[in-house]
This record gives sequence, C-alpha cells and structure tokens, in this order.
Amino acid sequence: MNYTNIILALVVGGVFGAVLHKVGATNPNKIVGFLRLTDLHLAKVILFAIGFSSLLLFILMAINAIPTSHIHVKSAYVGVIVGGAIFGIGFGLGGYCPGTTIAALGSGRKDSLFMILGGLVGAWVYVLMYGWLQENLDWLYSEIAGGKVSLAVTGNESVPALINSVNGAVVAGIIAILFMAGAYMLPNKLRN
Amino acid sequence: MNTSWGWLKSGLILGAVFLLAVALVKPIGVSTQYVIADCFIFCKLNPELAKETIDSDGNKTYSSSNAYLNKSNGKYAKSSLNISNYGFVFVIAMFLGGFAASKLGGPKVEKEESWIPQVWRENLGSSWTKRMIGAFASGFFILFGARLAGGCTSGHMMSGMMQTSLSGYIFAAGVFAIAVPVSIIVFKK
Repeated sequence: MNYTNIILALVVGGVFGAVLHKVGATNPNKIVGFLRLTDLHLAKVILFAIGFSSLLLFILMAINAIPTSHIHVKSAYVGVIVGGAIFGIGFGLGGYCPGTTIAALGSGRKDSLFMILGGLVGAWVYVLMYGWLQENLDWLYSEIAGGKVSLAVTGNESVPALINSVNGAVVAGIIAILFMAGAYMLPNKLRN
Repeated sequence: MNTSWGWLKSGLILGAVFLLAVALVKPIGVSTQYVIADCFIFCKLNPELAKETIDSDGNKTYSSSNAYLNKSNGKYAKSSLNISNYGFVFVIAMFLGGFAASKLGGPKVEKEESWIPQVWRENLGSSWTKRMIGAFASGFFILFGARLAGGCTSGHMMSGMMQTSLSGYIFAAGVFAIAVPVSIIVFKK
C-alpha cells in the first residue's frame, strides 16, 4: 500500500467534501433550484469553477508545472449522452449527484443514504447487464469523433485534439473565459 | 460564519480543488467507486468476481468472471481486492469533509430538512417513505446512467470540461436536456 497516496486521498477528498458543502452542492433544494432555473447560484459556481480550473490547468501545463501525464480524458461514445440522460432523470428527481450525496450524508442528510443505496443497486445492475448491452446494443458503445479526444491540445500524446492547429493554452483559455464570463453574466434566476 | 459561500468565492475554491487534484494525482471522479463498493461486497459471496493470480514472473494479475469488472486487465477487480486505494479512500474522506464542514462553520442541516429537503416537502408532501423511495430510485437512475456514460458530474462534467474533453460536453448536454424538464415538472414551486 502506498501511504502517500492514502494521505493525498484523505486530504483532497476531505477538502472536496467540505467545499461541496460550503458551496451549497450538498443541498438538494439548491440543486433543484438550479435545474428549475429558479436559483442559478450553483450554475454560476460550476461554470466559474470549470473555467477557472481549466485556465490555470492549461497555463500550468504550458510552463511544465503540471505533468501532462496527469491528463485523463474519458472516451466520448453514444452511451455518454444516453447515460447522461438517464442520469438526468435521477438528478432532476432527487437533487443529488454520486459525489454530493456522500458529502451530504456526512453533513447529516439522512435521505442521501437511500440515494447511495439506490446508487449501489443501479451501478450493480449495470455491471450485470454490461455483457448483454455490449452484444445487443453495441451502438451504445460506438465512439463519437474519435472517442478519447479533447478540444484543445493538452500536450498528452495519447489524447488527440480536435482543434490541433492552434496552441492548446489559447483554445482552452478562450473556452475558459467564455465559461467564466457566462458565470458572471448569468442572472440569479431565469424563472420564478 | 454559519453560511454557505457566495458564487464567486465558491467557484474559485471549487475550481482550485479540481485543479489541486489534477496537479497532485489525477482528475476527481466518484461514480466508479460505487462499482468498487459493490464488487467489494459481492466478491465475498462469489470469489470468481474478483480474482488475484500471481504469474510466473511473480507479478499479480487480476481478472473477473464478469465482463465489466474484467475490463482493462481487471482494474475494478484489483481495486475492490485492494480497497484502501486512492479512489475509495477519497470517497470516504468526502463523507468526513461534509461532516466537518457542517459542524465547523456550517451551514448546519436542520432536523426536519435532514430527513426531507424543503423543496420535496413543499411539492410532494412530508411522507418519509415517499422520500426514501424517491431518493432510492433517483440513486438507481443516477448510477446506472453514470456507469453507462463512464463518469458523473465530477469525472465527466467538472474534470472533463476542465480538460476540454469532448465527452464532458456531451455528458453535460445529455444530463441537462433531461434533468431540467424533470425538475420543472416534478417540482412546481
């Protein structure tokens, strides 16, 4: 066992759980408010967090302060959209995500325990169905635009970039600024 | 300071945490750990689900009778047999972080709220059974969907879009296309 990794997991995971609580993401009222477009606090937080972290990530990779081997891009395939839509049913109904529900349980929300139990069952049903899905609904696994790709050049050679004629930090920087500007311009609510 | 943070402070700090994770180890991702927890439980009942073998060179290799757990040289089987690994400890730590934050500084979760969130109570009533079933069903859909998609809010949406992964954008599109109308229909006020 690698103790450095365990300590890092405790520190980063602990901070992440605490921050999810402080930003309001462990609160299903806030999640539902975001999805109903009546309280866009979390939408602004998430847009800004993605833009800000992306901007710093690409700058730090450009100056070699973060190794590009830390990049882990997931594959894009039809199941990502279909799975996202199925995820959306539960997200819109329950007001939790797989991670926020765990921090929410820590913060004292008892209903999140049932969300976690449902999650364990849902994940297991997928594990059991995987072989069948691959055989019978193989279109779910067909890759989109090359699968494991990014928009901006990351410098990690295992990840091809869709926009590869422009410097990665510039592409990512423009996207990041759009996200942060979106967070800033988004009103506090779109519906009453 | 018994309050949550404003959006700008929240965005800066949440973004910093995602960046910290990539800088130190790898991007944050949570939903895989539900599979690891399942496998940890069920491989006790059926050892074929997660097997460790030592090859002629003395290297440990992992395999499973289940096609999903056997993926990528049995990486899920490996993690569930070595449960004190980075990803799983990370999730346990998230629970502790949520606990600490609610105790130190807050916001605290009030008693009534801790059983049924206010928005649910106002729209669907204060039946605990109904909320339990609703939360269970929502968890089922969320994790089934996340596994089909290969990630969730943290892995696909936050870490994914941070790296400008195509998968992150299409996952977000799928999620919000359904979650927004579902929430609007279920919760009228």
